[in-house]
Amino acid sequence: MADSMAQTAPQDGGTRRDFLQLVTAAFAAVGVGTLAWPFISSMNPSRDVLALSTTEVDLTPIATGSAVTVMWRGMPIFVRNRTAEEVKEAREVPVADLRDPQTDQARVKKDNWLVVVGVCTHLGCVPLGQKPTDPRGEYGGWFCPCHGSHYDTSGRIRKGPAPLNLAVPDYVFNTDTKITVG
Amino acid sequence: MASGLHNSEVANPVLRWIDQRLPVITMMQKEYGTFPTPRNFNYFWNFGALAMVNLLIMIATGIFLAMNYTPHVTMAFDSVERIMRDVNYGWLLRYVHANGASMFFIVVYIHIWRGLYYGSYKAPRELLWMLGVVIFLLMMATAFMGYVLPWGQMSFWGATVITNLFSAVPLVGPDIVTWLWGGFSVDNPTLNRFFSLHYLMPFVIFGVVFLHVAALHITGSNNPLGIDPKGPQDTLPFHPYYTAKDSVGLVAYFAFFAVLVFFFPNLLGHADNYIPANPLVTPAHIVPEWYFLPFYAILRAVPDKLGGVVMMFGSIAILFVLPWLDTSPVRSMRFRPLARPFFIVWCVAFLVLLYCGGKPPEEPYVTISRVATAYYFLYFLVILPLLGRLERPLPLPESIARPVLRGGGPLPAGAMSKPMEKA
Amino acid sequence: MSVKTLKALAVAAGLLAGAGLAGPARAAGGAEHLPHVNFSFDGPFGHFDLASAQRGFLVYKQVCANCHSMRLLSYRNLRELGLSDEQVRAIAADVQVVDGPNDEGEMFERAGRPSDRFRSPFANEKAARAANNGALPPDLSVITKAREGGAQYIHALLVGYEDPPAGVTLMDGMYYNKYFAGHQIAMAPPLSGDGQVEYTDGTNPTVDQMVRDVSQFLTWAAEPEMEQRKAMGVKMVLFFTVLGGLAYAVKRKVWADVH
Repeated sequence: MADSMAQTAPQDGGTRRDFLQLVTAAFAAVGVGTLAWPFISSMNPSRDVLALSTTEVDLTPIATGSAVTVMWRGMPIFVRNRTAEEVKEAREVPVADLRDPQTDQARVKKDNWLVVVGVCTHLGCVPLGQKPTDPRGEYGGWFCPCHGSHYDTSGRIRKGPAPLNLAVPDYVFNTDTKITVG
Repeated sequence: MASGLHNSEVANPVLRWIDQRLPVITMMQKEYGTFPTPRNFNYFWNFGALAMVNLLIMIATGIFLAMNYTPHVTMAFDSVERIMRDVNYGWLLRYVHANGASMFFIVVYIHIWRGLYYGSYKAPRELLWMLGVVIFLLMMATAFMGYVLPWGQMSFWGATVITNLFSAVPLVGPDIVTWLWGGFSVDNPTLNRFFSLHYLMPFVIFGVVFLHVAALHITGSNNPLGIDPKGPQDTLPFHPYYTAKDSVGLVAYFAFFAVLVFFFPNLLGHADNYIPANPLVTPAHIVPEWYFLPFYAILRAVPDKLGGVVMMFGSIAILFVLPWLDTSPVRSMRFRPLARPFFIVWCVAFLVLLYCGGKPPEEPYVTISRVATAYYFLYFLVILPLLGRLERPLPLPESIARPVLRGGGPLPAGAMSKPMEKA
Repeated sequence: MSVKTLKALAVAAGLLAGAGLAGPARAAGGAEHLPHVNFSFDGPFGHFDLASAQRGFLVYKQVCANCHSMRLLSYRNLRELGLSDEQVRAIAADVQVVDGPNDEGEMFERAGRPSDRFRSPFANEKAARAANNGALPPDLSVITKAREGGAQYIHALLVGYEDPPAGVTLMDGMYYNKYFAGHQIAMAPPLSGDGQVEYTDGTNPTVDQMVRDVSQFLTWAAEPEMEQRKAMGVKMVLFFTVLGGLAYAVKRKVWADVH
């Protein structure tokens, strides 16, 4: 900022005036910059939005092999109670073969419970696979109908354009049958 | 130089390339850089620039408020309070916007007053003045519709009363009102269209402001002496002289604005507007915002519905023909010994109307309003046209530069001082 | 500066003053003059007395909340009043709020969370009127902004109950209040005895103390941004004073060769 001011200043002669103008312009620029902040900040999430950023999920009604979708921050969260077979499948894959290498153990807190953000990492569609009738893709997890990404039973990307595994949100087990997401 | 390109004098090659094809830099340089401006402006000539800045502030804060506002009768009030409580700096945006409306009217009233005192409406600036009156009318419409949006008691009842003014129109009045409302009372359709128009109008104002400034740059500015510049010795380049002077006024304006926003944000508002709108209960004292009070007083001064509405709109419409009602060839009141006291009384009448408009419609305010209203119109319709013939103006100075350079001579007191040093 | 310009400036000043006068001038509607109380939040450097506001919340919770909603506030807002996260959670959990529909399509009640709004004592306006002899207890979320006089008026109203003067007959179910418009108010004196609310911080709960505390709380509820606003305002005024000095100095320098 000071540089660009200095370019225009020398034409006017008297250095005292130049300096004074420079200081005034700098001062005004700081003021304008400061006043811009409230405008920018007002577009960030407001306090009522932030206050709703945790969601509690009761796990009792979710039978083995089925899944529920809950809302968290306006996004679907997939909570799946995996069968022993699905867990085994997920853990037998050599990690080195994966596009986004992660072990299944690193993605869950309890073996059978998988909690992921149900948003495809390609361009944000919601993958299919929650309902029993949905296609689950070639790897038994989820299939994104928008551009054909296949996720496995750990929610990891296996085939298609998506670059990353389905994200695991921050969550804690409050009790054995209740989690809080966020 | 390739044919068809503008002959640019800009040194920087990139800017030069642009300027040759779209001479915006040359234009800015001509209109705001070297633009010859009378050398004797006083600080009243700041208020045009202040109004421009104020318009930009209103548009900026308004756009960001609209991101969080919900124009629905069940949610409007709550969405405004959500802006106040939960949106980051939402309270600041809203208080700047709400008080910005008041600041806009303060600035524009002073700007208009300056035009009236120094005769800026006279030839050759008639159209410039008329465009200004159009801006003033658009501002009033915009402010009125904006005040409806928070959907408080004053919003609702203000909207009801003002839209009902149109029911005074003979024959089609009631149909017009139903059309304005989009229903049989002020309700959700009304709120929705007011929001839409409130968002649109500032950009219309911006367009008319552009024409206003364009017209100004054809005729050039008036000045406190009201005489035309006779040569380069009477003018100064706009930059740096008037950019520097406008900056001083601008900072003073911001300081005043800040005191209002940060320490007295609700001083000019109504407590009743923090009560959600209730179509079944009218508040005990409904009054418009302060800047409408003079015209509201004129409305109430007339004991006839249609007559009151006609007089109220007439009090602004009369400004359109003012350049032809004032027949005096002398612009500045400094040289009009008779017109000056009459004008000062007119100013007092205006302030009296402003005061009475905020009072309940009872004596003595009704009688006072009637006297002030009568004088308001008398001044424009009778006094000014007559004075042009009866008054003997004081001798005008030879030129703008002369009294400034000589600092004396046989000139009236007002012209002798150094006008730049005022305020 | 010429005399004429001075006069011209005086007219402009009159216009400004007119704008300012129009506000307060409206306030005086023939009502009783409010007794003046000093509050910690008065003036440009004013701030909230959080201890007092917390006590005021107790008064609201135990007395006012039986009839008056504060639907624009959430329990989470109480953190800004200086309560700890655990205290806020406990206060919220004490309340049953309606949520739903659940998977069976039924609405159900659950313990409140900090993100819930203050629970309203009545389901809707009709229920509130039915329970209060036809009168509607106003929502208190922005009450100090919604009444001329603000906290001063709330204080005056709560201490303004007295026996009706001779010749005044009260309507059925009404009470005489010096500061209420029309003097007949449907609200029974809400704070009538010392010790009506139990304070936990050792403050003596006199009626006057409770009234001051609840006025403090309601002001905080209506203008939670006030402290931030005033602090910012002081900085702004200082900034513009300095910038104004600089701008004026630049203007003098620029114009020096013209004079």
